[in-house]
Amino acid sequence: MERSALQALAQKDFMSRDELESIQLKRLKNIVSHAYKNQALFRSRMQEKGLDDTCIKELKDIQKLPFFKKVDLRDTYPFGLLCVPMENIIRLQASSGTTGSPIVIAYTKEDVACWQEATMRALMIAGIGSGDILQNAYGYGLFTGGMGLHYGAEGLGVTVLPISSGNTERQIKLMSDFGVTAISCTPSYFLHIIEKAKQLGYDFKKMKLRHGIFGAEPWTNEMRQRIEQESGIKAWDIYGLTEISGPGVAMDCPARTGLHMFEDLFYPEVIDPETGEALPDGTEGELVITTLNKFGMPMIRYRTRDISVIVKGTCECGRTIRRIKRIDHRNDDMLIIRGVNVFPSQIEAALLTIPGVQPHYHIIVRRHGDLDTLEVQVELSAELFGDTIRSIEVIQKKIGNAIKSIIGLAVTVTPVEP
Amino acid sequence: METVKQLSLFLENKPGNVYGICSTLGEAGVNIYTLTLADTAQFGILRMIVEDSEAAKALLEKAGYVVNIADVLAVRIDNQPGRLAQVADILNKEEINVEYVYAFANRHIFLYRVSDTEKAYSKLVSNGFCVLSSQELFNTNK
Ligand SMILES: [Zn+2]
Repeated sequence: MERSALQALAQKDFMSRDELESIQLKRLKNIVSHAYKNQALFRSRMQEKGLDDTCIKELKDIQKLPFFKKVDLRDTYPFGLLCVPMENIIRLQASSGTTGSPIVIAYTKEDVACWQEATMRALMIAGIGSGDILQNAYGYGLFTGGMGLHYGAEGLGVTVLPISSGNTERQIKLMSDFGVTAISCTPSYFLHIIEKAKQLGYDFKKMKLRHGIFGAEPWTNEMRQRIEQESGIKAWDIYGLTEISGPGVAMDCPARTGLHMFEDLFYPEVIDPETGEALPDGTEGELVITTLNKFGMPMIRYRTRDISVIVKGTCECGRTIRRIKRIDHRNDDMLIIRGVNVFPSQIEAALLTIPGVQPHYHIIVRRHGDLDTLEVQVELSAELFGDTIRSIEVIQKKIGNAIKSIIGLAVTVTPVEP
Repeated sequence: METVKQLSLFLENKPGNVYGICSTLGEAGVNIYTLTLADTAQFGILRMIVEDSEAAKALLEKAGYVVNIADVLAVRIDNQPGRLAQVADILNKEEINVEYVYAFANRHIFLYRVSDTEKAYSKLVSNGFCVLSSQELFNTNK
């Protein structure tokens, strides 16, 4: 793509709110009408509410529309939500989800282009472009991470190394040999790369790596700090989910006050997860996204199960597209222990405050009568182990205290072999 | 200073763990001169003396174990009343903590892991104790 065309693309993040909202309204009307005409499930849900495809007069009319949930994708598996003839579909991607039954997302040529536009814009915010070498260590295949970043980077003229995930030693060798400047993978995998690189005697300061594009799992600020301290690179948070398109739905900016959502493509709302009521910007709730420009399998008011906030006010970076607060936990990850809400990400954050501890853990909840107890099994590294029982007990206590100070509950810490 | 390199392995309390370690070493032809197991309700530490500790460590790490190497003092202590107390007294006077101590198999040799290895070594030697090098230790046991 021409330099001027790329600049114009990046400028979309800075358009006036009036212009943006008029694009959003036009696209929303269009997608609602498209889904109403072509998808039985949406049409019947609309009719139940006494609505038809002319119900959108202004943007906030979106609040009248029914929600989509992950279960709808499962119930209509594989192609029940398709809104175009199968011959117009040029790509299928799938995610297994945690319960095992897969979900399938179908893309038209335009949908793939829309997704590519989003990942290009995301990478441009991080300043990645022609001249960079991106080691794309997201998994390639049915999972959207690999393909998503690949197309985005290629669109920008970045040199892409499609290495996929796994084989950490080779990842590090090529990173060093090729002078890789940016890597994309899950943040926890990058922590693993750091650990392994240390063992193998590599020095990140001597490498050209400058940027990490991390996503596909909720992660904390503590993890970001740890990554940046130990590798010296800048860790960018990229948000996305298969159901919406893949990575590149929202992206960190240099101000680090939230992730900008590419609002002209993906319309964000936050709702009360109990009542489904739309909440004003600045209030925490479940993130709901509508794909404004996706036709193969549009998602209208898709409930992401991710807890976030639409950040109020404009960002100091000047982008007018709204931000969502970084997502560090999923709604369905929450445990309730003795009446206290506990998220695995809090345990991870606590572990990361202790030098030498890796955020590799299991949480085991047991019920003794009416009392829930929480056991956290933490992998013990040689560095932490020392060689005495006392040294292990000191670490157990440190970890226990760190967790207690964050979640407010005493836990049993059990050291385990990696 | 003469010290002996000891392997320390972190173990979860699960059946077959010690067997797994011993057979990993046995299959590779590594002779275990002595070992001792310390455990709590949650986990254990297996400590052992082998001839080539670095090679054994690499082997065990490859098999997935958490392994460290620690310097211990191999002290020859005659089979006489009061001799062990004498060692304890020397270390105590120097405020050196004994982290743990165990006997070498079938010999009057005790392995000491202390808070200050160098100081303990010189005090024991100056008090007439024989502190063995690893070469001496393995040669006298072959
Ligand atoms: Zn910004």
